[in-house]
Amino acid sequence: MFSQNQKYRTTLLIVEVAAILLGILFLAPFYLVLTNSVKTLKEILIDAASFPQIFHWDNYRNVWSAIDFPQALWNSFQITGLSVVLIVLFSSMAAYQIVRKPTRFNMLVFLLLISAMIIPFQSIMLQLVRVTSLLELRGELYGIVACYLGFGMPLSVFLFHGFIKTVPVELEEAAKVDGSNPFGVYFRIVFPLLMPIAITVVILNTLWIWNDYLLPVLVIGGNKDLTTLPLAVTKFFGQYTKKWDLALAGLVMATTPIIIFFLSLQKYILEGVTAGSVKG
Amino acid sequence: MNRVLRSKKDWAQQIIFLGPCLLFFVIIVLVPFALGFYYAFTDWNGLDLDKAVWTGADNWRKIFMNDDKFWESLIFTLKFTVISVIFSNILALSLALILTRSLKTRKILRTVFFMPNVIGGILLGYIWQFIFTKGFSTIGELTGLSFFQLPWLGTPSTGFWGLIIVFIWQTAGYMMVIYIAALAGTPKDLIEAAQIDGARPHQLLRKIYIPLIMPAITICLFLTTSNAFKMFDLNLSLTKGGPGTSTQSLAYNIYAEALINNRYGLGTAKALLFFLAVSAITIAQVWVTKRKEVSA
Repeated sequence: MFSQNQKYRTTLLIVEVAAILLGILFLAPFYLVLTNSVKTLKEILIDAASFPQIFHWDNYRNVWSAIDFPQALWNSFQITGLSVVLIVLFSSMAAYQIVRKPTRFNMLVFLLLISAMIIPFQSIMLQLVRVTSLLELRGELYGIVACYLGFGMPLSVFLFHGFIKTVPVELEEAAKVDGSNPFGVYFRIVFPLLMPIAITVVILNTLWIWNDYLLPVLVIGGNKDLTTLPLAVTKFFGQYTKKWDLALAGLVMATTPIIIFFLSLQKYILEGVTAGSVKG
Repeated sequence: MNRVLRSKKDWAQQIIFLGPCLLFFVIIVLVPFALGFYYAFTDWNGLDLDKAVWTGADNWRKIFMNDDKFWESLIFTLKFTVISVIFSNILALSLALILTRSLKTRKILRTVFFMPNVIGGILLGYIWQFIFTKGFSTIGELTGLSFFQLPWLGTPSTGFWGLIIVFIWQTAGYMMVIYIAALAGTPKDLIEAAQIDGARPHQLLRKIYIPLIMPAITICLFLTTSNAFKMFDLNLSLTKGGPGTSTQSLAYNIYAEALINNRYGLGTAKALLFFLAVSAITIAQVWVTKRKEVSA
């Protein structure tokens, strides 16, 4: 028994070491980007693997002003924040109505929402350019937020729908007897119960909207004042000349906020990903 | 069951609760999608968005008779999807099997493997453009390994495998999290019973674990298939479809047709075919794996 146990522990140790090595391999690209982001262009081109001799912070200072980093960060923050808050509000209300009032019309709406999840963005984007310019949504903050509300509805309604089905209706009936109106019932009694799934909806939509590229290009493209972080960094990746020193510093600056978001909420994010994917 | 809305109060509730969701969904998703069925038959172009003259089957004739690049990009996308789905799921499941054992570092490793996923495809592509073109060549010089000295991203095949590597690096951690949740839900006594009966590790995997986590496999195959088939951001930032057009995915081909060549009508027609292909492939894939779930 003793030797078996020993053997088991040795295997486990080997597995652990292998897993750690693989983990280091996974992080290696981040390491290379970080270390090279504080070198001069010449140093990068001569030797991309060495640890920097002198930390050349100028790269960061130059990028900060070249892409107007504070403005881009604020734009990303505003667009993501507004969209996510409104998606949670509108999709949860819609899901509640569909669950509690399953009329034929509401079931049709639900079916349409679910079916729409399969439509690729490319099959909508060109016509969306037309529709958003007709409605004067292009180049406007509320315009891009409106787009995210539209695209965010299907999955979010679906997730809330699945969750609200499990909320006992008796709770609401008691409140109705007390004379509360439907809105009071919803916001005081139902909505607080939805927190677990609301967190999932917030996380999935935040990761998607924060990192999105093509939709902002199409809808806010012309308006430089609304440029988001991913769009701003693209500036350093022209086809012919690569200023790697600036590009790498830009990449670090653009990815840092979302990595901080992930590391500080990782417990919820890993749970949210699981909850968000367990669908029919 | 309350099948009809009765009073004015019911109507007010219906409009306030469902209205905003429906409004945005219809304007942003449904109407543009439906318009596609019209624009796909016109000479709509990007220079004047208001003008679209009906040209009947012209776009379709062009696509089916005279557009090799579109079909090349379809083949490319199918190859990319098959290979990346297989490898990313094998890696994800292996990671999940390892990280559900009692390793000391398993929590931190889960975080590490998931990390690439929180960064979007565009920025990941840029990061790897640096790794492939500058990082790899330096490592190649230092170690002399020929793998690193290949002209990464410079030839059709290194471009293809470059995209595969980054896609797997991005996706595996996400799928791993789903597999870990499924593995955590498998009954311990069943696995112990099989071990006492002398089941070897590969038997345990094939006969016990895989049938038990079949629902998670369905989900992960669905997610990876649809993400791989629709790959765009990575394509744009890592290879720009190049060298030449050798690594153009379908999504990228549509993008280039419309936004670079300005042929919106033709792009819309391609996008409609793209929609049909995505639907067919994902529905077929879910249908096949669902049947396995029932029989398991």
